[in-house]
Amino acid sequence: MLKNYFKIAIAVLKRRKFFTFISLFGISLTLTILIVLTAFLDVLTSPAYPDVNRSKELFINRIVLKSNKENYTSQSPASFYFVNNFVSKMKTPEKIAIHTGRNTTNAYQNNKKMEVELMHTNVSFWEVYQFEFVEGKAFNAQDLENAAQVAVISADTRSKYFGEGALALGKYVEANNIKYRVIGVVKSAPATMIYANSDIYLPYTLAKSGLKGTSLMGEYMVTLLARSTADLPLIKEEYSQLLKKVPHPEKNQEILLSYPDSYLESFTREIFGKGEGSGKDRFFLMIGIFVFLFMLLPTINLVNINVSRIMERSSEIGVRKAFGASSSTLVGQFIVENMILTILGGILGVLLSLLVIFVLNSSNLISHMNLTINLTVLGYSLLACLVFGLMSGVYPAWRMSKLNVVTALKANN
Amino acid sequence: MIQLKNIEKVYRTDTVETQALNNISLQVEKGEFLSIMGPSGCGKSTLLNLMGLLDAPSKGDVIIDSQQTLQLNDRKLAHFRNSKIGFIFQSYHLINDLQVVDNVELPLLYRNSSAKERRTLALEALEKVGLSNRVKHFPTQLSGGQKQRVAIARAIVGKPEIILADEPTGNLDSAMGNEIMNILLELNRIDGTTIVMVTHDPNMAQRTHRLLRLFDGSQVQ
Repeated sequence: MLKNYFKIAIAVLKRRKFFTFISLFGISLTLTILIVLTAFLDVLTSPAYPDVNRSKELFINRIVLKSNKENYTSQSPASFYFVNNFVSKMKTPEKIAIHTGRNTTNAYQNNKKMEVELMHTNVSFWEVYQFEFVEGKAFNAQDLENAAQVAVISADTRSKYFGEGALALGKYVEANNIKYRVIGVVKSAPATMIYANSDIYLPYTLAKSGLKGTSLMGEYMVTLLARSTADLPLIKEEYSQLLKKVPHPEKNQEILLSYPDSYLESFTREIFGKGEGSGKDRFFLMIGIFVFLFMLLPTINLVNINVSRIMERSSEIGVRKAFGASSSTLVGQFIVENMILTILGGILGVLLSLLVIFVLNSSNLISHMNLTINLTVLGYSLLACLVFGLMSGVYPAWRMSKLNVVTALKANN
Repeated sequence: MIQLKNIEKVYRTDTVETQALNNISLQVEKGEFLSIMGPSGCGKSTLLNLMGLLDAPSKGDVIIDSQQTLQLNDRKLAHFRNSKIGFIFQSYHLINDLQVVDNVELPLLYRNSSAKERRTLALEALEKVGLSNRVKHFPTQLSGGQKQRVAIARAIVGKPEIILADEPTGNLDSAMGNEIMNILLELNRIDGTTIVMVTHDPNMAQRTHRLLRLFDGSQVQ
């Protein structure tokens, strides 16, 4: 029976080349976009160099101060004062990385201006993030304490600044009109590593501002590394207790909010978060709605094509019914045919995705990003195919099965 | 074998009501070859469709092989047609995307028979209609007479007790028509298949056991 359906399906696909092309094009393009987007999402959220400990990490990327009357809210990364006097005193985390966001500044080499990004970090930053040193090593506690004018640079920056293939150890980079001695060169982190990617890393004691004062708002972020994932709730609890002890006496700043979030939550809270919610559920809901709407268009198109195609085959439907096919058998047949089409589209979609991902990876559109189709993505794609096939096949098949035999047989006469 | 009791068939649209069949009662015996004649639009095909359970009457009973059929649901009707009835149509209604042998196998797909069994029966049926040498052809590669022979093979492959033929020779020249008629007569004579055939051709009708004439939806004799 299935072999017969398969024969018919292939014959029909071959006969209606244009419709087949349109259908396959719609399915494979939609799937390609979905696969590439999920691969992007995968790269953004999965642990990868240099953030290999991500599943054991919590991120504090901002604090919020609100008034009791809810008419005043201000938020920003935390101040050095907050991070140094409170967060770094936490007991549960194994390590606490402190760093600023990336600040763009100018660097000069042989009178040639180039833009570089600076990040100020503490020593633990180099223990939490597992950078691979191609030259030298990271700065140590003594360098930090002495505010030594030293820098760790990325391999990309080394090539840009000193030339392709040149070594940088012991040489000086000039940024913001200050010369820093290069003591380490790390393999560049992908640009998608928001909390770890920079061109030049400096000890935070070299920061020109932000180290003094007792304001809670500043430009520092924290990565808390737990000993094990079981410790993550404990860290959250300790942090929430810690917040209660932080003084914030200013008017209109009666409420202090801040959360140690997982990597994904640290973004979703900023975009979708409301109150105490991390916004992760809303994020997945939005993605779900987006994917559904995105798939709906080609599905409707496929439904239309299928309806017209099935009506063209009314003679066949009439004959099959006359010779003993029940309506449900016919629905089964047409769904199987549609599944064959969508699976073909799916295979094409996967091949197309591999091509797109290869092109994206080799074009270095986002530096050092390596997109891959992993098994999860492939699984979801196949699931999407199945949903596609069912969504676009069920309605036409149902309409066709309701066709009266006599009318069906007359239609093509 | 086939019993129609006080059959009426009315087609209704929003504005028009057409009486296609009017109080038809009829009995076709097992092994009988009945032909139905009448002018175009007199209800011949409608009557045949009712006998084949492809359509339901507006009034009256259709009893086949002692089974009252009006209460049967879609699945049971499909099963009933599959096991008892074979159809032959004027315009063949072969599936052009399938090879001759696959077309002939079609009724067996809806039974619990293995692929091997289906193939054997289909080849037997094709041999019976003299088309063993066209097994792998597609319908578009065949002449009208050959197509109708494939359609007959399809109708007989499941060894049904009844064959309903709607103008089986209508699209063929007289020589081809005669050939088809000979096959049907042989099926009736040798296998004892009950055949009801709608025809316009009095010569064909003459060769059957009994003739039923219809005029404006009513039996003439």
